[in-house]
Amino acid sequence: MNPIEHQILQTRREFLTTSANGVGMMGLGALLAQEGILTADTVANADPLQPREPHFPAKAKNCIFIFMEGGPSQMDLFDPKPKLNELNGQPLPDSMTKNVRFAFIRKETARLMGSKRVFKKHGQSGMEFSDLLPNMARHADDWLMIRSLHTDQFNHHPGQLVLHCGRAQFGLPTVGSWLNYGLGSMSKNLPGYVVLSAGRGTSGGASLWQSGFLPSSYAGVLFRNQGEPVLNLKNPPGIPMALQRKGLDALMELNQSRYDQFRDPEIASRIAAYELAFRMQAAAPELIDIKDEDAKTLEMYGVNRADAQIKASRGGGPGQYKAFATNCLLARRLVERGVRFVSIMHASWDHHSNLDNELAYNAGMADQPIAALLTDLKQRGLLDDTMVVFGSEFGRTPLGENRGGNPDATGRDHHPFAFTMLAAGGGLKGGLTYGETDEIGWGIVRDPVDLHDFHATMLNQFGFDHLKLTHRFSGRDFRLTDVSGRVIKEWIA
Amino acid sequence: MMHPRFTLPFLMVAASTAVAADYSRDIQPLFAEHCLECHGPDDSKGGLVLTSREAALKELKSGAKGIVPGDVAASSLIERVMTHDLEDRMPPKAKKPLKAHEVELLKAWIKDGAKFDQHWAYKPVVQPKVEGSGHPIDTFVHAKLAEKKIESSPEADRHTLIKRVHYDVLGLPPTIAEVDAFLANKSPKAYEAMVDRALSSPHYGERWGRHWLDAARYADSDGYEKDRARPDAWRYRDWVIRAVNDDLPFDQFTIEQIAGDLLPDATPEQIVATAFHRQTLTNTEGGTDQEQFRIEAVMDRTETTGAVWLGLTVGCARCHTHKYDQITHKEYYQLFAYYNNGDEVTKQVPTSPEDWNEYVKANGDAAKKLVPLQKQLDAAKAALPTKLPEWEKGVQAKLAEARKLKTKASYTPLDITSLEAKSKTKFKKLPDGSQLATGKAPKTDTYTLELAPTTQHLVSVKLEVLPDDSLPSKGPGRSNNGNFVLSEFKLLRGPNLTKAIEVPLHSPKAGFEQKGFAASATQDGNGGTGWAVNGQTGKPHHLTFQLIEPLKASEKLFVRLDQDYSKSTEHTLGRFRLLGSSEITEESIAPADVVKILGEEPKRRNPVVIMPLWAWLEKVDPDVVATTKALEDAKAKLPKPPLMDARVIAQRSTSPRATHLLHRGDFLQPAEEVKPGTLAVLPKTSGSTRLDFAKWLVSAENPLTPRVTVNHIWGKLFGEGLVTTAADFGVRGAKPTHPELLDYLAAEFMKQGWSRKKLLRLILTSATYKQESKHRAEMLEIDPKNTLLWRQNRLRVEGEIVRDLTLAAAGLLSPKIGGPSVFPPMPADVAALSYAGNFSWKTSPGSDRYRRGLYTFFKRTAPHPDLTTFDCPDANTTNVKRTVSNTPLQALTTLNAEAYAEAAQALAKNVLQASKDDTARLNQALRLCITRPGSVRELKALRSLLEESRTYYRTHPDEAKTALAPHAAPGIPAEENAAWVTVARIILNMDEFITRE
Repeated sequence: MNPIEHQILQTRREFLTTSANGVGMMGLGALLAQEGILTADTVANADPLQPREPHFPAKAKNCIFIFMEGGPSQMDLFDPKPKLNELNGQPLPDSMTKNVRFAFIRKETARLMGSKRVFKKHGQSGMEFSDLLPNMARHADDWLMIRSLHTDQFNHHPGQLVLHCGRAQFGLPTVGSWLNYGLGSMSKNLPGYVVLSAGRGTSGGASLWQSGFLPSSYAGVLFRNQGEPVLNLKNPPGIPMALQRKGLDALMELNQSRYDQFRDPEIASRIAAYELAFRMQAAAPELIDIKDEDAKTLEMYGVNRADAQIKASRGGGPGQYKAFATNCLLARRLVERGVRFVSIMHASWDHHSNLDNELAYNAGMADQPIAALLTDLKQRGLLDDTMVVFGSEFGRTPLGENRGGNPDATGRDHHPFAFTMLAAGGGLKGGLTYGETDEIGWGIVRDPVDLHDFHATMLNQFGFDHLKLTHRFSGRDFRLTDVSGRVIKEWIA
Repeated sequence: MMHPRFTLPFLMVAASTAVAADYSRDIQPLFAEHCLECHGPDDSKGGLVLTSREAALKELKSGAKGIVPGDVAASSLIERVMTHDLEDRMPPKAKKPLKAHEVELLKAWIKDGAKFDQHWAYKPVVQPKVEGSGHPIDTFVHAKLAEKKIESSPEADRHTLIKRVHYDVLGLPPTIAEVDAFLANKSPKAYEAMVDRALSSPHYGERWGRHWLDAARYADSDGYEKDRARPDAWRYRDWVIRAVNDDLPFDQFTIEQIAGDLLPDATPEQIVATAFHRQTLTNTEGGTDQEQFRIEAVMDRTETTGAVWLGLTVGCARCHTHKYDQITHKEYYQLFAYYNNGDEVTKQVPTSPEDWNEYVKANGDAAKKLVPLQKQLDAAKAALPTKLPEWEKGVQAKLAEARKLKTKASYTPLDITSLEAKSKTKFKKLPDGSQLATGKAPKTDTYTLELAPTTQHLVSVKLEVLPDDSLPSKGPGRSNNGNFVLSEFKLLRGPNLTKAIEVPLHSPKAGFEQKGFAASATQDGNGGTGWAVNGQTGKPHHLTFQLIEPLKASEKLFVRLDQDYSKSTEHTLGRFRLLGSSEITEESIAPADVVKILGEEPKRRNPVVIMPLWAWLEKVDPDVVATTKALEDAKAKLPKPPLMDARVIAQRSTSPRATHLLHRGDFLQPAEEVKPGTLAVLPKTSGSTRLDFAKWLVSAENPLTPRVTVNHIWGKLFGEGLVTTAADFGVRGAKPTHPELLDYLAAEFMKQGWSRKKLLRLILTSATYKQESKHRAEMLEIDPKNTLLWRQNRLRVEGEIVRDLTLAAAGLLSPKIGGPSVFPPMPADVAALSYAGNFSWKTSPGSDRYRRGLYTFFKRTAPHPDLTTFDCPDANTTNVKRTVSNTPLQALTTLNAEAYAEAAQALAKNVLQASKDDTARLNQALRLCITRPGSVRELKALRSLLEESRTYYRTHPDEAKTALAPHAAPGIPAEENAAWVTVARIILNMDEFITRE
């Protein structure tokens, strides 16, 4: 036990003077309840992240949600369309685009655009990946590939709200908030919901990790890429950790004195929060300090890779290869430490132009670290109960983008009608390619999947009936899946 | 209620089934929870509808009767809820069956005649009589307590009382002097006097204005994606603070915000007030359909109004009829229709009423005249969107014609009949019509050209500058390297130079321009900038302009060529000529950026994209041009007026939109047309304008607005409203804990002219408010949540106030009220994570670092973490009740964030300077923060920390030095000073400090 932990235990023993037993590493809220200071109802107030049992036994315990902002091109990565290549340069029949809205495409002059990528089947399952993702392809038999997702939003920020919160509406909790709300957190020293970011800022910004109408205890905590990992983690200048401990001891005594007079459980809860903060001050720097990882691991993730020498600008400037790889490694470290939900964001994949170069750049950044993450989780036995998701708010059009009537399309527009996402682990079936799009990738011809279905199935793996994980707000029992959603049984291993 | 496991349905358990069931208390919630989905406004399965008595008594499809009043056995409803046959049972087997006591309630209700009373919240407000002569609030509260034989708690001590009142009314701690004065005041009215003093402070408007800003979803940015700054948003915030401080009656406060623009002779302040509904989000993402987001905003206005004034979850009826409350899908769009023709516009308003009054005082009648002129200009600008389609038709036709004919400008020389220079420069006319400057080149110059009357239309003009062997480096300019700087180019028309007026030009374009010396600089009115050609001297160059309005033939024209560039020498023109073209070309019709917008479908033209088009229309629309000129002429004689642009709501003046019910709330699926109207369950309104609607909201007949409003105010003072679901007064919302008290207050509020200050005073002076907040062991079983108000509640203050208290206690807080938003310290990377890193946070200098939290610039996609960590709402939707969490990140904020660390230094400095010995200093710090001196136990803990810190810093003197900046105490050794910083920091983190008591 390190000295800081020892000290915490000591002081907590002092605080809980009536406790006969040792305190172990149980949540303070539970302890307070044991002491009869808190009733069951107020335990949640004292420690809203206390671990809880879901509706039924869960397959998945943690989630790493890799959000590739902007809409990666599915027909250049996951969903090969030989017919599209044949039809390259042809217009679409009017009937197909009649009631369709686009962000930038001008219907009159739009032409289909083939893909320059080469696809191959991989693994036992024969799952197809393009040549841009050679490493992720090695995990073909671990991935569930869903080619038939659709959404009702074709602009970024509203689409991102659907992906994260279930509806294109502000003020709703994200998937990560819901899971922490439902399950609490296994981590005693770190937040239950951590956001890691690379690239430029996403369209959605903080609305993609806020807790909406749920208390802010369930909001994501943004880990920073520079300086201290969590905001305000470091003491102010001139105040060493030794004095921090002394200060918190004094503070505990002051608050305890108040508690003795008022018996308000919120005071106990405040004391607990300060102790957790103190632990986080030690745990968060330890988390991001990857010195203890061996060279092989660092190399596998590509932490020290240089950026690809490709002329691309949307991926977020120099240093992203390193940043993204580091985030993937940190995600594993977070999950190891019991953090319930890790969101890895990267912006942007919004390739309206220069798609070939931009996509190659981004794929080069993402491929190796994500593959390494799967390998690593697997070899540590963590993939079974960790769900890894790879996805975005929508996909891209088979039509080339002729913004402003420009005939020389080099990119693709937003496509909400059919796009691909991947998932692995957490009790999902690896090697399954689910759903099918038509021969140019325009619409879905088999097994359409609404994002609500995706969410419902996710929650199912975490032991929740998506109809029952609700929160009463403004007269309504809200749920992640709004008014629809079905669990897709075929995905479950 | 935090976790699903604890989320039990809220059941009203009847004490005994023998007691008669009350429809609105017992039956309606039961129907709402279990039955209405299939037997409600939307569906009538089996022929059973449970929304009114009339409908419920009808014969069913089966021939049976669901409800037979007085006859339980004959009512098939009872049979169906009691049967054990799962196929037959109601609710259907997939759902939970009714509990036994619920069935008993139903039976009792039917036996009693199955009366459908109105839901309590829709009943008229009738002020109940107050028994006895006590404080009315206490009378109601004590009566309830007496029923349960519960004693209320004693009055809190005076330290607590003054702290509580100051936190609640001002959000600031009382000063030591204020506390001392209150303690010393032995008058029986001492408390009332203290309350009145607080209510008259201008900081009251900040504290209670901020509550309102939550409801208004106030923010300083657009919300979606790029989340652009709204530089004028603060003007509405100032309006709110002022209105609250002036105690603007709540009915008027409502009317001005919902429909101030429609009031007769609306004042600028009433116009600003409408920005309440301009706080909706804006999406300027590329490729968005603007109608979608306009409708989204109108929906938000509708739903926000429902939540804030009516306490109804109107939004639930956006896609279909409300599942539980009596709000139909159609009624939603009736409400929507009131707002559907209120559009966002920009208006010029005074920066503040005070600024404006001062200006008028200083400048007299001339200043007053600006107002009507400004109004005319606003009106002319506001008419542009409705003029656009017609104007566009003409322009599109012209563009199509020009594109079809592929016309190109064809320039022929214009005859210069006279040419004069301001300097002594003389000119020599050359055979090609060009003019060559001779004589000594001056540093700067102005050439004035008179042209022969034109022989044909003039659409564009061209200035050619030409090389000549006589010029240095062959010219075309007269500087050593042959360069020139043409600072301004003006074309004028009129009978003579003195009477000539400017001909407006657009699209200045040069064949070549030197970096930093662009053609456009010749039209910016700035003599210090201009067009130049260094790097390509010794060659001919040209510059073309398009006339905004082509001129007919036979115009007398003049040209002025200003060459005022004085940073270098002799940058004047050497040889030039002037040409004209009469061809209408694509380029001449409108500037390229405008033509580009005209190529986009109208629905794609989002507020950012469309800006150049508006700018262009403002140049070509005769009404805007004329009113602009009139205003500019009037302004020219006066000092710069204190006016600013503000985005507000204004009624669409022409081509009003018809409102349609939208199928499933989808703007692409309009159905039947609907007219403005309110809800059938509430009193009628006669009018159809937004102003009628606003007046209806605060009419004496509407029972919801006063109930909902007093409940909000109560909630801020007790932590919970009398109705705990502050935004839901519908059947699924909580019932009032003290219905008579709620109605008493609602009626009294209206009686007292909707004065919020009077209502606050009434509540603050009640014994109920003044009680202690200590928990009592014996109450743990009886009323653990203090529903009956046997004590006060301890409340953690809001994020802004946590910061305000800290800065105030430390003596750092800037007392400045109002004005633009400020940027207190924040780590740069927080802002950088907003969309595409397009936002940089520049920390405000000087005292703006220490302004109150409500002035912190609020960017919706990257709000200041010190605020959101403490549950500050995200401002994306209305909020009438904040959540209160208690997290480690909050602890880290108050321990370590920059503003808080500084406050610890400043507090230490204060107490070190104020007294000499440790105990006095500790007590001084405690009194600054929590109004009272420390107890023996507290002082012991703090003294021990002080000693430990001293010991540490004595052995680490260098570290001590780093703990002090920027608020070191002069004359105190660094080790001692640092020890006090650590102590001050802990006092500022006391639960008691950031909690009301």
